[in-house]
This record gives sequence, structure tokens and C-alpha cells, in this order.
Amino acid sequence: MSDKQPVISIRNVTKRFGNMVAVDNVSIDILEGEFFVLLGPSGCGKTTLLRMIAGFELPSEGQILIGGQDMAGVAPNRRPVNMVFQSYAVFPHMTVADNVAYGLKIAGIEKSEIRHRVNEALELVSLGGLGTRMPDQLSGGQRQRVALARGLVMRPKVLLLDEPLSALDAKLRAQMQFELAELQDNVGITFVTVTHDQDEALSMACRIAVMNKGDVAQMAVPADLYEHPANRFVADFIGSVNIFEGKLTLDEPERAEVNCPGLGRVYLNHGVTGAHETTVWVAIRPEKITMTAPGKAKAKDSPAGTNIAHGQIKGMSYLGDITLYDVRLETGESLRVSRPNLSRWDQEDFQWDDKVSLHWHPSSPIVLLS
Amino acid sequence: MTLFKRTPIAPLDYTRRLWMRAWVGATLFFLYAPLLVLIAFSFNDSSRNIVWRGFTFKYYGKVFENDALVTALGNSLTIAFLATLFSIVLGTLAAVLLWRFRFPLKAGLEGVMSLPIVVPEICMGVAMLVFFARLDWPSDLPWPLNLSAITIAHITFCFPFVTMVVRARLAGFNKEQEEAAKDLGASDWQAFRDVLLPHMKPGIIAGALLAFTLSLDDFVITFFTSGPNTITFPVKVYSMVRFSVTPEVNAASALLIFLTILLTTVALKLQDFSKATA
Repeated sequence: MSDKQPVISIRNVTKRFGNMVAVDNVSIDILEGEFFVLLGPSGCGKTTLLRMIAGFELPSEGQILIGGQDMAGVAPNRRPVNMVFQSYAVFPHMTVADNVAYGLKIAGIEKSEIRHRVNEALELVSLGGLGTRMPDQLSGGQRQRVALARGLVMRPKVLLLDEPLSALDAKLRAQMQFELAELQDNVGITFVTVTHDQDEALSMACRIAVMNKGDVAQMAVPADLYEHPANRFVADFIGSVNIFEGKLTLDEPERAEVNCPGLGRVYLNHGVTGAHETTVWVAIRPEKITMTAPGKAKAKDSPAGTNIAHGQIKGMSYLGDITLYDVRLETGESLRVSRPNLSRWDQEDFQWDDKVSLHWHPSSPIVLLS
Repeated sequence: MTLFKRTPIAPLDYTRRLWMRAWVGATLFFLYAPLLVLIAFSFNDSSRNIVWRGFTFKYYGKVFENDALVTALGNSLTIAFLATLFSIVLGTLAAVLLWRFRFPLKAGLEGVMSLPIVVPEICMGVAMLVFFARLDWPSDLPWPLNLSAITIAHITFCFPFVTMVVRARLAGFNKEQEEAAKDLGASDWQAFRDVLLPHMKPGIIAGALLAFTLSLDDFVITFFTSGPNTITFPVKVYSMVRFSVTPEVNAASALLIFLTILLTTVALKLQDFSKATA
């Protein structure tokens, strides 16, 4: 990916609405052909950033370059990007084909060429043959495809998608996640998507920028965000996690130790960059904790007897593929553990108020400095 | 057996309660009986409008032979048409202005805009009379310019209604549609023409309908602004009534009712059509 040129360069962009800072000195390079996702909770500034790329908002400070060209003073209708709106914004008084053809008509393209490209775009989003329908005769998923085709038919440098799947039901959303990723792969256009849904982001993105309060908290590929979050916000926002505050008591190149009042001593098989006795946070994903009956731990779960905790099951929620357990530790803290139901009777292994032992590998805890 | 077996009346089944039906019936009777009587007696073969003497169309013929009445009807239709046209443009623009922009004294402007709706017609009429007298507005212009004073007066009280209806319609507009048009390359004007205007169309049609009917049957304001050569239909009917209520007056009034119903139907059909394609 390093040989590709950035198609969008966001340079030190700040956006203020009155006293409120919506986007705070953000710099992002989005590469050619990338599926880039801006992920964050509502109000984190991700949509504002997207709207600044489209030209509907102007940055208070900083610069946005598209294809190497400064976009300052370039109106939305002159930018080489197209947008798929959260509400789809399909024109209700035009047929599907007229909707898709709208941008081309405005651009003054020849009629036969328009017809050809519209059909092509409709085929691309599997709406072939529905060109004469009115939008109110379409389902939500189909309307979204119209919005997609309407943008793609313009062959933009970048397609911007604002919460593209949020209005669809869960099953359709999962299906569209795959379709969008595949579509992006086929057309080779750079996609920039805004979403608050981490599953959506993880499943579709090449790279994700996690935003928090106008800042980019971390920018990384999906697996890195999950396995190597940069801070507590990212660790907590992406997936589910147990976080404990502690003091770094040992830090060597091959091992480290954190003393957490709420969890006990946590051993790691790698070094941490941090001063001795500094406050750090240990994050452990629920699925990386092994739960056994007390004293039944297998050797591989806890090499040399390290990383062990004891507690009592105080909550269970059966989700079909996994069961989530809420374990009250001896320190009084709670720890969330998930356990895959590998056989059809696994969920019966543990019951409420069972005493259990918990183990995790010294590579599993993530040490966060902020 | 099934003849008497009815499903019991549900708590919210008001339309099946006798007292509700009676009330609705009484209301409809109160509203429409006078109109029906008026229309019925327009076919009465009697010069005095008291006793039914048999069926005839002759008073409709008489209406069309009455040049003054026909002229008045022509004037009314012309004024209504022009007033509607101007009201649509002014009213729609005002609605878009109030909907889209934020500016100082916006609330004040909104209040002033709806003033013609709430000010008593008699006040409006007198005010218009004084206004045109003060301007020394020429009253001896050739047709249709001699109708200008009345038309202007009508626009004044018609266009706020258009604004009201169109604004209500605009409140439901998804601004992302306009942004989508611009995103696809449309200029401000193209986005307005291709997206906003089609959205406002049902509102504009409804507003036009209101404006037309308001203008067509306005009496008070017209009475103050009309000269001897610019009699409108309602003013003419009023002057005829002062002598006696003949079946001719009934026929003329019935014609006005038919005309209004016809126009309303056409406009609603148009609106249905635009909704079907929306």
C-alpha cells in the first residue's frame, strides 16, 4: 500500500461550530483504491469530516486536498467526489433510471451514453430491469442501491458514504457489508465510509480511523485496532473488553508485570515502554480468558502458574454461539468472560454462583498507557 | 338469525354510535341545506323565489343574457387568475426565504406576513381604499389594466395563504436531497428546479387553489377597491340582491358554486397526479 498516492489529504483540519470544536486538528491521508472507514460514537466529528470532504462544510482551519488539488473555494458540485447520504436522498419524483442519470444529465453527457452508463451502473448494484420503478416502489435496501449507483455512475475519484447501512435491518446489513466491500473491489474507486457500527467497520475496511471528540484516537488496519488498541477509548469502543488500572512493577525486554488492585498481578511475555511505577491500564478481551472449575486449569492455559484469578459467576447471558459470563472476582471487581459453545451442551458446564478459576496467556493482556 | 347478529360496537367505533351519526348529519344539513335550496330554486319557474312553480333552465339563459353580470364574471375570473399567478410566485419565494435563511427580524417578518390573514377584511378594505386614493391610482385605464387595483389588493391577502401552505410542505423536505443534487453537479438553480420545486408542487397547487377561491368570492375588500367600471361577480350579485332575490341571482350563485367545485376537482386531481409520481 505504501506505493500508492493519497487521493485525499486531510491536513491539520479543524472545524468549529461557534464554541464547539467538532473536528480538532485532524490529519489523514486516504490512499487510492482504499476502503477507508471513519468510525466513532455519535458526535465525534466523523460526519462533519466527511461533509468537509464533500464540500458541504468548510474547514475553520487546515486544508483538504483531493487528487493533489486544494479544495478550498471549490463548491460541492465541482468536486470530484460523490456522496451516498444517510437517508439515501433518492429523488422521490424521478424514476430509478432518472435518479441515476441525474448527474450525467447535469454534466451534459450525450443521451445514448447516459443510457448506457445508467444501465451499467444499475447492473453493477443488481438493480437491472428496475429502471422504470419509482423510489416508493422499492425496498430500503434497493433505495440504497439506487443511491450507490447514482454516485458510482459519475465515476468519482472518491465515493463518500455517510452511515450507508444504518437504516437497514440486521440481516440485510450483514449482506450489504459483503456486497459493498466486493463492489468497491470491482470498481476500484476509493470509498470513504462513516459509521458508528464497529462490526461494519471491521468487516469492510482496509483501514479505520477511530475518532473521539474530534480527534483521531487511532488509525490502523482492523486487526490492529482490535488486538493492539492504542488507548483505552479504542480498546473499549472496538469490541468488548475488561480494563483494570494498575502500576507497572517490572519492565524487561521479554517480560513485564503490572500490579492491578482490582485483578491481581498480571504477567506479560513482552516488554512495555513505560517508566517504573507509572499508572497503566491492562485490557483483556473476554474471549481470551479461559474459565475452568477451581483448580482444573490445564498447564497450557497458565504457564508457570501465572495469570490466574478466582471468582464466582454472577451473571450469564446465552447468545447461541457464545455464552457471556459475569464473574465477580475475590477483589470485588467484575470480569467479563466469553466462552464459545463448541458442543451443544457446553452452556451447561457452568451455572449461576459456581466458583471458577480464570486463566489467560501472558500474551493476551494489552497494556495501555492512556 | 344473522340478520340481527351485529358485532358489538367497540369503544373507539364512534362512527357506529347513533348520537355521533345524528351530530354529523345535523352538521352536514346545517352546512349544505341552504346551498342545496339555493341551487334548487335556481331552476324555479317563478320570478319570485318563494314558491316552487315548476322546473326551468330559463334563468341560466337570463344570466348569460345579462351583459353586466357576464362582464362581472369575466372581471372576477381575470382578477382571480392574475392574483393567483402572482400569489404563487410571491408566496412560494417568501416560503423558501423563511424556510431556508436565518436573518435578523425573521420572526418579525413572519408575523407581518400573516397579518393579511388575521386583519379584519373591512380594515383591509378601507386601508386599500385610502392607499389607492392617496396614490391617485388611475381608475380609467382600459381593460384589463383597470382591474389592477383590485388585483393588487387580492394579491396582498392571497399570497400569505400560499406561503403558509408551501412552508408547511417544506417542513417535510429532506435537505439531503438538495445536497445530493449539488453533489451530483447541480448548481443552486438546478437543485432548486429539479429537487425543491417538485417537492413543493403539491403545496403550490393547494395554495393556488386557496388563492383562486379566496379571490373569486371576495366581496369586502373588492367592494372598497372597485370602481364603477370594475364590478366583480360577488359585488354584482350583491347589487342584484338589493333589489330582489330572483332566480337569476340563484342561477348566478349556482354557477359560481359549480365553477369552484370544478376548479377544485381539477386542482385536486392534479395534486393526486403529482403525488402518484412523487
